[in-house]
Amino acid sequence: MSGSEMLPCGDFRTSYKADTTIFSTKWTRNIMILAVVGCLFVPLVFDLYVLNLAIQIAYLGIAALGLNILVGFTGQISLGHSAFFGVGAFASAYMNNQWGIPVFFAIPLAGLWTTAAGMIVGIPAGRIKGLYLAIATLAGQIIIQDFFSRAEWFTGGAYGALAQPFTIFGFAFDTDERFFYVALFYLVLMYVLGTNLMRSRDGRAFIAVRDHYLSAEIMGVNLTKYRILSFGVSSFYAGVGGALFGHYLGFVSVESFDLLLSIQFLSMIIIGGLGSVSGALLGTIFMVLLPEAMEFMVSLMAQTSWGNIPAISGGLAYIKEMSIGLAIVLFLIFEPEGLAHRWKLTKAYWKLYPFSY
Amino acid sequence: MSDSIKVGESILSVEDISLNFGGVHALKSVSFNVNKGELFSIIGPNGAGKTSMLNCVSGRYNPQGGEIRYKDHDITKLSPNHRADLGIGRTFQNLALFGHMSVLDNILVGRHHLMKNNFLTGSVYWAGGAQAEELEHRRACEDIIDFLEISHIRKAQAGKLAYGLRKRVELARAVALKPDLILLDEPMAGMNLEEKTDMARYIVDLNQEWGMTVVMIEHDMGVVMDISDRIIVLDFGMKIAEGLPEEVINDPHVKQAYLGDDDDIAQVSA
Repeated sequence: MSGSEMLPCGDFRTSYKADTTIFSTKWTRNIMILAVVGCLFVPLVFDLYVLNLAIQIAYLGIAALGLNILVGFTGQISLGHSAFFGVGAFASAYMNNQWGIPVFFAIPLAGLWTTAAGMIVGIPAGRIKGLYLAIATLAGQIIIQDFFSRAEWFTGGAYGALAQPFTIFGFAFDTDERFFYVALFYLVLMYVLGTNLMRSRDGRAFIAVRDHYLSAEIMGVNLTKYRILSFGVSSFYAGVGGALFGHYLGFVSVESFDLLLSIQFLSMIIIGGLGSVSGALLGTIFMVLLPEAMEFMVSLMAQTSWGNIPAISGGLAYIKEMSIGLAIVLFLIFEPEGLAHRWKLTKAYWKLYPFSY
Repeated sequence: MSDSIKVGESILSVEDISLNFGGVHALKSVSFNVNKGELFSIIGPNGAGKTSMLNCVSGRYNPQGGEIRYKDHDITKLSPNHRADLGIGRTFQNLALFGHMSVLDNILVGRHHLMKNNFLTGSVYWAGGAQAEELEHRRACEDIIDFLEISHIRKAQAGKLAYGLRKRVELARAVALKPDLILLDEPMAGMNLEEKTDMARYIVDLNQEWGMTVVMIEHDMGVVMDISDRIIVLDFGMKIAEGLPEEVINDPHVKQAYLGDDDDIAQVSA
């Protein structure tokens, strides 16, 4: 019944400051810093294939964190997240191409554009909740997607829009090795911002709105404001992620931002853990790596004697897709609270070994 | 305690409040006055409209008629979150904690209207003064935690606590609002004797040492009679009695409302 937090023996907090740190111990903080520093060497060690996956994890992870703020923390289901991701990508490319704003500034500005778009789509949240709101965001997704294909001045229509590489003082981050650092920087920055948000006043207000909106209102939380603000904040993350995506690929096309991507964002945060900052990243890693792992398995299978059976060799692609689906379903059955929860349990296991509690 | 009526200025005045749900008249022109520093109780049988009355004061229901004045403000139509800004806090009859948050975070939500950091300054935590503010309010919350003796469960998840403790956390959250007027909806429901004694002590302390005006709904007559300064009795949405505890308990209408019509009582009221 006492505090659920497990601290190492002898670690006593003597100030409130020491009790509100992001990482529970100095040791975990240092490991995390070391891990980020270690990531700096990734481009030197790994090949393009790994780099590409890492960059994908970074921009999708940023957008997933945004969705987790909206769905996991504020409790508002959104089916329109990929549309916001797209708004960010197009807005950044547009500002850079048409107005000559350097990409360096265009990315955060694109985040602001997306915030505005998100708050407009989020207006119904002031009135409706739950599944009804999900349908309203679905409408938002479809409207924005339709806008993308019609507004040729903004998106280039069916041709898509070109996006220039990220540059600082004339130094272009135009290769995967270089862009990796940009992506890593943004990933760390956005996750630090997100973590801070969730341990300060407005983050708590979001969770309060989710857990019990009636008493949140009695506690002085303006429901309408926070419901719509949550859309805004969430869209900012999606916009930044989308802008990074655009400048990484160098080309933004209308088809990238369909409903399927929205659903994938949702599955990332559900698998990672709703209402957990680290869960958003873990879920993104899972969802990006799972198809690759399955691809690898399937290619292994093709090399065995089974690969000669026509029914199997012809159906490998299906097997891959179905096993991805199966893995997700099994995951949800055995760990409905997500990877972040599993990580906590793992930590507890080592801490308490050989006892179970 | 009951023999010392605090005559002060009025902090809450309810005038002719009527509340209807379709054809059901939950409240029929109820009026009462709560003075500053009073411990005021609302009692009545189940379904009498006590919680509806409290909901009108805290802003969950909008009464169809009448006026509620709080400290010179007409708050009849004000939204609940603005009432919190004015200093009205409340607890709920059925627990309404933020179940997935820690006890500490629950209490910190109570400080919401007293804090200034927002999603921008909060995100840059160390730079915009958010940290200093968070720590300052953390200190205030720790005072409340000490007062309500819940320091051992500070980091526990609120939704997993035992019932009595959750009631106490809810009180802590309402106290964190720094209210001048605190509305308690059955703070002792479902508690054992020991917990009730503790809760009564907290309420009296809040009233006398923290200087909060308390409006309380409670079914436990022993507690109500012991600690209240004044009492009103509701029955079927109407006020049937008002006054000091001993006046109210001897009121024939009250006996009738609680015990029903009886030959003996009919004689009394005749």
